[in-house]
Amino acid sequence: MSSETKQILTTDGIPLEVSLKKAEKKNKIKAFLLVAPLLLFLFITYVFPIGEMFTRSVDDKMITNMLPKTFKAMEKWDGKELPPEEVFAGFYSDYKVLIENQTQGKLGQRLNKEKNGFNSITKKLMRQIKRNKIDESQSIKEQIMKVHKRWRDVEYWQAIKRTAPPYTMAKYLKGMDMYFAADGSIAQVDEDRRIHRILWLRTLEIALFVTIFCFLMGYPIAHLLATLPMKYSNLLMICVLLPFWTSLLVRTASWMILLQQQGVVNDFFVLIGLVADNNRPEMMYNKVGTYVAMTQILLPFMVLPLYSVMKTISPSLMRAGKSLGGTPFVAFWKVYFPLTIPGIGAGCLLVFILAIGYYITPALVGGASGTLISNQIAYHMKSTLDWSFASAMGLMLLSGVLVIYWIYNKLVGVDNIKLG
Amino acid sequence: MSKNPEFVKFDKVDKSYDGKVLVVKDLQLDIAEGEFITMLGPSGSGKTTCLMMLAGFETPTNGEILLDGNIISNIPPHKRGIGMVFQNYALFPHMTVYENLAFPLRVRKMEKDEIDKKVDKALSMVSLNGFETRMPGQLSGGQQQRVAVARALVFDPAVVLMDEPLGALDKNLRESMQYEIKHIHESIGVTVVYVTHDQSEALTMSNRIAVFNDGKVQQLSNPAELYEKPVNSFVAEFIGENNTFNGEVADISGDECKVKLSNAEIIASAISVKSKGEKTTVSLRPERALIEPSEKMDNMFSGKIEEVIYHGDHTRVRINLLGNPEFILKVPNSTSNLELKVKQDIKIGWNSSDARALDPK
Repeated sequence: MSSETKQILTTDGIPLEVSLKKAEKKNKIKAFLLVAPLLLFLFITYVFPIGEMFTRSVDDKMITNMLPKTFKAMEKWDGKELPPEEVFAGFYSDYKVLIENQTQGKLGQRLNKEKNGFNSITKKLMRQIKRNKIDESQSIKEQIMKVHKRWRDVEYWQAIKRTAPPYTMAKYLKGMDMYFAADGSIAQVDEDRRIHRILWLRTLEIALFVTIFCFLMGYPIAHLLATLPMKYSNLLMICVLLPFWTSLLVRTASWMILLQQQGVVNDFFVLIGLVADNNRPEMMYNKVGTYVAMTQILLPFMVLPLYSVMKTISPSLMRAGKSLGGTPFVAFWKVYFPLTIPGIGAGCLLVFILAIGYYITPALVGGASGTLISNQIAYHMKSTLDWSFASAMGLMLLSGVLVIYWIYNKLVGVDNIKLG
Repeated sequence: MSKNPEFVKFDKVDKSYDGKVLVVKDLQLDIAEGEFITMLGPSGSGKTTCLMMLAGFETPTNGEILLDGNIISNIPPHKRGIGMVFQNYALFPHMTVYENLAFPLRVRKMEKDEIDKKVDKALSMVSLNGFETRMPGQLSGGQQQRVAVARALVFDPAVVLMDEPLGALDKNLRESMQYEIKHIHESIGVTVVYVTHDQSEALTMSNRIAVFNDGKVQQLSNPAELYEKPVNSFVAEFIGENNTFNGEVADISGDECKVKLSNAEIIASAISVKSKGEKTTVSLRPERALIEPSEKMDNMFSGKIEEVIYHGDHTRVRINLLGNPEFILKVPNSTSNLELKVKQDIKIGWNSSDARALDPK
């Protein structure tokens, strides 16, 4: 701005900008107050829990608090040979405190997760301490090393040192079937134990195919909805929305009735002679069931954004395309289809993101080969109670969704999304 | 070059959408090559349906449509080679102006050089050179309209259809576009079928006008004849302003007839009346009746001025004449203007050749 620009004054002599701000302040406050409840609600139910999840997933403070003196002494230790006397002394006094507080068991379990074999040697050490077999006037290092030969193994002490930082990424590595090896490097778990990677890939695959199926089926329906005369399109719209209004559990349960081996669909196949009665195909508790049920349940999320976009496309555009010499296919492909891309983008993104985190339906009809990563998260929440691992996987899922959103934004542009 | 007078032919065409009501009834219409013909009529009169049948988006329920001697009823729209300008322009919003114009050429698999040449020519025709890379959304209504016209002409169609193309423009722009379209038509000589409900638009632009009402062509003639010599009350009423007297034929001799009103008898041209005693509506254009005429006219009556409305270039005078309180006169505003005062009694005169005795309303 040039320095010669004159400040515009109102008739009262107040600068125009100040006056404008004053006039709009009230509106701004009003607008903020209107969104404030939602903002607060979102913060409590969304931002706060996700933050909590994140801290839980990387939290490793328990052991740091249990062995303060040990870790202090270990700061000077290079970690290559057996630690010096001070480390043993620190560990001894830390462990004695734990025994007094009767929390020594937790330490054993935690260290055992880091390296197998800790549980028994910590218990053995505890018994020695309880019987007052350790003489504090002599070298504690020598006495502990006598308790069990593993205390003389440098690898066990290295394992303790690795637990020193209050935060750890171990849960995230575990979610990708990796772990910290003894030397601190990242290693793959054995091939036959890589369960999570299979689940991630399967989740992506099922979400992708469900999105494709929804698109293939939803596009013609949305087109019909947008072009049929009102009295038919209303009826069709209700047909699309009716399942939407039905409880998710009811719909999944009805798919179970339809798809099971003695179910309606199989009965029908046998009736028309498509399959033999003693050789009914399994359509449930595998991927097929997951595909069928999820596609049906997520279909409205594809149809509605597509419909809202198609509704705005004037029928005269297709006519113009045809009158200018385009065959019906050319008119569709060059004129109609490009105009529906915002709806396709919105529908696909919506279905994909919903599918990637889907839980109830795959849990009920998916069986072993049709379960998704969300089922694994639920398993760790409810059964193994490894909440920090469940949190880590939940966050990985969330960041995956954000990455997809980012890619979509780069490719299509979020401005092009039209939800209604 | 001899022009085919039956380039487009509607042969006994009927159209019904629901099997109960005929939207178009027994339409017989020939359009000559290179002609600018307008289908004019109130909404629901069947004019747009005719256009859609010609474009191929609707099929005739009965009868045939011929283009240059060939029956086209079974040819799909994209093979008819008929250009069309739509009411809301129907420009493809995701394509630039160039791509919009190139669309009909690309689907005809033309070479790129030729496409460039033709697009350039079409754009210069509507004076929009330099707008190739704009999107339709970045253009004003008038510019969009011109692009739509250029797109309908760029592939050299034999016939161009225009479905109320100027309906969405404001008055000034509409008038200048009317001239522009007329000039384009004159310079390239394409056959144009134009649909509108605006009678002044039809009068300005067309070679011939087909006035539609109730699924039928009421009158097909050039603008001057349509205005001066309407063949029935509907056309007289629909085109321009009109004073009417309802009465009964008292006497008829040759072209002239005497019409008995409730309190007087007037002389008029017998157009659609045949015999004595028939009911009739006499139609008279407001500018054909004079106040205090200097020469002798065969209808001379006196009436009372009810209202004087100043219109800039002319003054409208409402007169209670022969029991019709809505009789309108148009007086040009010149320096030697008459003193017109409300409640004043004045003499009005007109010639019987301008008063047309039509079918009763």
